[in-house]
Amino acid sequence: MKQPALNNNIHLLADHLFRHESGKMVAVLTRLFGMHNLELAEDVMQEAFAKALKEWTFGLPPNPSGWLMLTAKNKAIDVIRRERYSKEFARETSMLLRSEYTTAPVVEKLFMEYEIQDSQLRMIFACCHPALAPADQIALTLKTCSGFGVQEIAAALLSNSETIKKRLQRAKNTIIEKKINFDIPLGSDLKNRLDIVLHTLYLLFNEGYKSCDKEEIIRKDLCEEALRLALLLTKNNITNLPKTNSLVALMTLLAARLDSRLNEDGEIVLLADQDRSKWNAELMRIGLHYLNMAAEGEELSTYHLEAAIVAEHSMAKSFQETNWQNIVNLYDHLAQMNPSPTVHLNRAVALSKLKGNEAAINAIKAIDDIEKLENSQYLFPAVLGELYANIGDKAKAGYYFKIAISLTSSAQEKKLLGKKMIFPEQ
Amino acid sequence: MSEFLLLFRGGDGPSAQESPEKWQAHMQKWMLWMSQLQEQGKLIGAQPLRGGGKVLSGTAAVVTDGPYMEGKEMVGGYLICKASDYAEAVEISKGCPILEFDSGSVEVREINVVSMQS
Repeated sequence: MKQPALNNNIHLLADHLFRHESGKMVAVLTRLFGMHNLELAEDVMQEAFAKALKEWTFGLPPNPSGWLMLTAKNKAIDVIRRERYSKEFARETSMLLRSEYTTAPVVEKLFMEYEIQDSQLRMIFACCHPALAPADQIALTLKTCSGFGVQEIAAALLSNSETIKKRLQRAKNTIIEKKINFDIPLGSDLKNRLDIVLHTLYLLFNEGYKSCDKEEIIRKDLCEEALRLALLLTKNNITNLPKTNSLVALMTLLAARLDSRLNEDGEIVLLADQDRSKWNAELMRIGLHYLNMAAEGEELSTYHLEAAIVAEHSMAKSFQETNWQNIVNLYDHLAQMNPSPTVHLNRAVALSKLKGNEAAINAIKAIDDIEKLENSQYLFPAVLGELYANIGDKAKAGYYFKIAISLTSSAQEKKLLGKKMIFPEQ
Repeated sequence: MSEFLLLFRGGDGPSAQESPEKWQAHMQKWMLWMSQLQEQGKLIGAQPLRGGGKVLSGTAAVVTDGPYMEGKEMVGGYLICKASDYAEAVEISKGCPILEFDSGSVEVREINVVSMQS
């Protein structure tokens, strides 16, 4: 097909709109066609989008997203009429889609705003189904809920297109083999399934948050997407639980600091040196609001504790005024629930402010398998180097900084560590 | 469990409705009625029919336009469902939205099971 001459602005707008609308469109179409027809839903969404690119060249419609949804709706009805006897659509509506009495009303109903939200929620649960491998869950969520392309997913997850394609294909095969449903789990199922969804969104957010290079806008998008999907969960009574609110609080409070982590030259600024006036006050306010909501009920999750720790930092007027005692207490609690080396490492950093550098070094040295971690995970030697530098042990500081530099691929982090090696007393 | 054919006659079409909203509300009722049947696993098929048509008759299969009959006598649609007996099929039919109109009627017929004689 000959590509029509396209105006750049339309492409830009379309890219942006595509991301936001494709998740909605695929969710509604999958609700109609059934999870086993996910690819058909994606095809119909792509067709609607292709039509938009062609027709918008001559001028944008007044309501582009409404135009897209209407086009998808009409295409869906075409597909249903063409394939209603040859394809098995979604179980709950398949018979209704065979009749002209009900086809149009059913499609109309599912394209209404509140049903769209419900479908998006079902899609999140389907993408985070326990039958799928965790890495596949993340890739599929980005593809179907967030409208990321294969290359974008690869860039966001520091992977390559081939790997991502394989993951998506594997996920789609599993959906069909295991007959994964497109529904919101109820009763005793809900808790476990929601836990997996929250964990996937947590990983998605961290994947974006740990990024350090300013050019990597795509990874900031990961944070936004994780937050958007988590917020979607708070809009439904079934999934709006304290744990969900605590995750939203955690993401929002962290996001408030996102822009102050790098200076004008794109270099990392440590928490102690961050200009707190640059923290986004509105996001902090929202984060604290969700943390309050999360306090309802009995359950205390790791997200509660992590959010509370970030909130302590947020509420401190300066680094010096931080309530380290509270933070160490929260880490103690967190370490009980999630005794991971990273939690212990973070606890040790807080401990260094409360009890001094030696206490922190001892705490880190007491972590299981620390010899292995020192030489394989960048953060461990980086923190140890810092602590040794603080007590004036230049030899040990240099030793650990060198290991840390060899373990990170981030130019920004190498630069920061290099600076510390030259001026270890800073 | 037997199968039954429900023939719908009469009723008002969209043109006779006061407004598109009224018509939409009416179609919602068809959806609700049929959704319940689908959920109970009793719905087999259903379609509305256009007016007009052709009739073939006799050994010569003479084709004429038609059936030309009064609106309320014309079959406007059908539904096939499962029911244990006439009583249940009639009960199902009572929910049919065509009965919202004075001119509307539902004819309930049991589908015959034809056995082969050896």
